[in-house]
Amino acid sequence: MSTDRLRIGYIPLCDAAALVVAVDKGFCAQEGLDIELVREVSWSNVRDKLNIGHFDAAHLLAPVAIASTLGLGHFKIPIIAPFNLGINGNAITVSPALHRALVAEAGEGVVNPLKSAQALALIAKRRREKGEEPLTFGMTFPYSTHNYHLRFWMAAGGIDPDEDVRLVVLPPPYMVDSLARGHVDGFCVGAPWNSVAVDRGIGYILHFVSDILSSAAEKVLAMRKSWADDNRDTVARLVRAHQRAADFIEDVANRDEVCAILAAPHRFDVTSEVVQRTLDGRLKVAPDGTVRSSDRYLLVGREGAARPNPIQAAWLYAQMVRWRQVPLSAELLAEAKAVFRPDIYDAILGLPVAAGKSEPADSVGGFAGPAFDDSDLAKYLAAWAPKPT
Amino acid sequence: MDPALKIVIVDENPIRAEILKDGLREAGFTQVVHINETANLLARIYAIDPEVILIDLENPSRDVLEQMFQVSRIVKRPIAMFVDESSSASIEASVDAGVSAYIVDGLKKERMKYILDLCISRFNAFSRLQSELDRTKTALEERKVIDRAKGILMKAKNLTEEEAYSLLRKTAMNENKKIAEIAQSIITAADLLK
Repeated sequence: MSTDRLRIGYIPLCDAAALVVAVDKGFCAQEGLDIELVREVSWSNVRDKLNIGHFDAAHLLAPVAIASTLGLGHFKIPIIAPFNLGINGNAITVSPALHRALVAEAGEGVVNPLKSAQALALIAKRRREKGEEPLTFGMTFPYSTHNYHLRFWMAAGGIDPDEDVRLVVLPPPYMVDSLARGHVDGFCVGAPWNSVAVDRGIGYILHFVSDILSSAAEKVLAMRKSWADDNRDTVARLVRAHQRAADFIEDVANRDEVCAILAAPHRFDVTSEVVQRTLDGRLKVAPDGTVRSSDRYLLVGREGAARPNPIQAAWLYAQMVRWRQVPLSAELLAEAKAVFRPDIYDAILGLPVAAGKSEPADSVGGFAGPAFDDSDLAKYLAAWAPKPT
Repeated sequence: MDPALKIVIVDENPIRAEILKDGLREAGFTQVVHINETANLLARIYAIDPEVILIDLENPSRDVLEQMFQVSRIVKRPIAMFVDESSSASIEASVDAGVSAYIVDGLKKERMKYILDLCISRFNAFSRLQSELDRTKTALEERKVIDRAKGILMKAKNLTEEEAYSLLRKTAMNENKKIAEIAQSIITAADLLK
């Protein structure tokens, strides 16, 4: 077997786990792949370097893969994702002051995302009446799951995310400092940054994103479609190595080793204990040490999470339409769905992947609103339109 | 050139920013502001309200600028990434140099091309300077190691400085190694034998 040299870009976040383990545990080498992992500082860099061919593949925000394919915010480069690196894994963290205000409105109901969103709507309204600055929330990118997750949650409580609050892009490593300095009142980000805020005593994890959507595609292994077409054998080896890595990560017996690999200074550069919390789905949610567990916090490969699901791409496209980033059309929807490639995944691995036991009926499982249906997006989106008062 | 054009440089490296600022000033752009503190970046940029924003690619805040492409209440005027007609070549050159440019929608492309080219050449000049500096530093450190090794040899084998150096050089040639490497192993050995 010949050895292929590849350059793959990533951002140090826990959902890059399958990629990093595939390389550092030697699964890629066993497939004859010699991979240079390049740690990047911004999604714009990852996108540009993938698009111009400096990277052969990348750990990428699922909506950025769709945005590049549709030519949004940048030029149009068709991207495909034959492997899903993570389902869920984000959380919403708020400042102690905002947490107190939410609890004052919603009481114990604050753990219910509908109640917390309604409470947030009241707080935002009161601030506006008093002429105060709107509440500000950090998210990671205009085309990010974090942006859409925050908006989905807020809008269910009656908030207009473009009018009633301010959503600002912040690089994940700056989230915690921005919360501490009061530049933002909350944020939605992936691991480990929510835990870092709680550990510093300046934030409360209000919701896991799995409370808001029971299944949300997060990061994908992305590559240019033209590159994948020209390098089918390499893609097959890459996907096999990633599947082995995902299985290895999900086997609890390997947890210590996996955490040590990921936490290393040249990879994520955090304590392995913080990585462990994320993979275990057991997070400290309040500075007083309160712990919350969820078996859906982050899915790396279990329950079929690695198999790309085009319904997830359709849901992300629907959010882009809902928040006026792109027009609604059947052609664009089809292009967006074609980014996620279960056919390639199935052809390479040849295993029937059973739907997870907790897989929601509409594949997404939103906490509010109608079931997701991509056969009639106009109708689905109309159900969300603000009601005349 | 248009001296009224407002340009913002976002770069946490003050030396590189200064080099770029100088270049722009020489080219006749007088309204150049350097932002080195990236907290609350969007607010700072809106306060300046520039036509052109230049940012280094090692800066995580590049993602913050991407928000300015969006049409929304908090974005005062839409910004685009500067993409030349021969777009992929210009993007590649700027990614290689480590810089990215954002412009207010509608700004004349020809003017922007000039600024970006200047920016790329200054960024490249800075990297050359940086690697030259690194090389000089290494050379200086090697010099020190060789001098110490020479001293050890002179004392232990009762050699002149010249003899000590030629012994080092001969050994390095025989073992196909750098003189500094041989010198380092002599220092290590001497430390062990103390």
